[in-house]
Amino acid sequence: MSMHIMSAYDEELKYLTRRISEMGGLAEQMVAESVRALVNSDLALAQKVISDDTILDDAERQIGEKAIVTIAKRQPVAADLREIMGSIRIAADLERVGDLGKNTAKRVIAVAGSGIPRKLARGLEHLAELALVQLKEVLDVYASRSPEKANSIRERDEEIDAIYTSLFRELLTYMMEDPRNITPCTHLLFCAKNIERIGDHATNIAETIYYMATGAQPEGERPKDDNTSTLGSVND
Amino acid sequence: MNIMSEAAVEKALDQKMNTVPYKMIGKDVSVYYGEKRALFDVNLNIRENTVTALIGPSGCGKSTFLRTLNRMNDTIENCRVTGKITLDEDDIYDPTIDVVELRARVGMVFQKPNPFPKSIYDNVAYGPRIHGLARTKADFDEIVETSLQKAGLFNEVKDRLHEPGTGLSGGQQQRLCIARAVAVSPEVILMDEPCSALDPIATAKVEELIHELRTNFTIVIVTHSMQQAARVSQRTAMFHLGNLVEENDTDKMFTNPDDQRTQDYIMGRFG
Repeated sequence: MSMHIMSAYDEELKYLTRRISEMGGLAEQMVAESVRALVNSDLALAQKVISDDTILDDAERQIGEKAIVTIAKRQPVAADLREIMGSIRIAADLERVGDLGKNTAKRVIAVAGSGIPRKLARGLEHLAELALVQLKEVLDVYASRSPEKANSIRERDEEIDAIYTSLFRELLTYMMEDPRNITPCTHLLFCAKNIERIGDHATNIAETIYYMATGAQPEGERPKDDNTSTLGSVND
Repeated sequence: MNIMSEAAVEKALDQKMNTVPYKMIGKDVSVYYGEKRALFDVNLNIRENTVTALIGPSGCGKSTFLRTLNRMNDTIENCRVTGKITLDEDDIYDPTIDVVELRARVGMVFQKPNPFPKSIYDNVAYGPRIHGLARTKADFDEIVETSLQKAGLFNEVKDRLHEPGTGLSGGQQQRLCIARAVAVSPEVILMDEPCSALDPIATAKVEELIHELRTNFTIVIVTHSMQQAARVSQRTAMFHLGNLVEENDTDKMFTNPDDQRTQDYIMGRFG
């Protein structure tokens, strides 16, 4: 896009873009580390994730403040206004992603020692890989602002939902097998849910990018394949 | 009770906007100043009881177009207008049209407040007097009062109606000019940057007034202030190098305009 006549305005918009990218990188790292900490029962790593969250919280606040000041000073319209509103929304989504990573990290302490079955760990890792790929791609789309790519990410959330549903079933099975599994499995269930939510946030971000680029909301319902809200009866 | 969803209300409003009848229709309007062409086949229709804002960089033809709507260009030597402009059904460039009467139907407010060097009362009574709209003093009193009221000025000047209009503040003078335009009961009011010489408070008062006047009049406003266009108008037309680039609902224009040139202009970017 062409430059503003006032170059300071461009600098303010660039600041927002740069900070969002930084937040994205950190959020990605936190999620990856939280899952690694969980699978390896690495308490030190979990602690690092928990403390990293404040950096993300600060970044979101700073982006919000900069956005408010820019709106007040520049009275942005059209694509500029969408850019700034989009930054606020994306920063909020990324901040939530960080919170979910932190929540997973907190559960490491509770789960550590109870020994996660290898198969479950693999499932969680796979779920996290998918969510991270989605997060990474959506951040790439943020850099390119391609509405087509934003739409394709949105459509891929289905895959994560499907794996989450199968993990959910598996965890239920473990709990039914042995009541002693209930505590760690409940924590793992929350962890899986956290990771699944990260996919949803990536989808939110993709929708925001689509709106920033086109000024229109992406068409059609968001694809959903998370059936866990109707699962749960013993006979299911 | 019939509760419409928000989307349904939006849609109904849009449809309402699309069914608002045209007060003035401009078809293939071109303007030449001597050899120089200032407007290129502009097709722009003005909707009734709507505020239409004309925006665009200096020299884009927006004021030129505004002036064609009440034949203000007639006063400029060498100026030639082609195409067709109608007010309701009347072709305003028809040789049989009385230009004085046309300008009573299509009034104008200028950039700089230009009250006559007369009393506040006489400034407002001037138009009705020359158009023979009133005869008795009571008639004039009433026109002056209601016009000043419509212009939101009456309460501020009611005790000094016979003092000179030029003694008012800039913002009050501009509202006096609006009262003067309103006094002859025009159908359309043209405003050429009516707030560019006013401070923000006087500007806000004039903008509030424009908003209220919309119920009784059709308003076309030329403005250099993007934000003013966004605040006061329902439709916005963007001019560039003598061409009409885009005309759209103001809400759409300022969130997601169709044309790249509109986009660059309203965002303050290099075209």
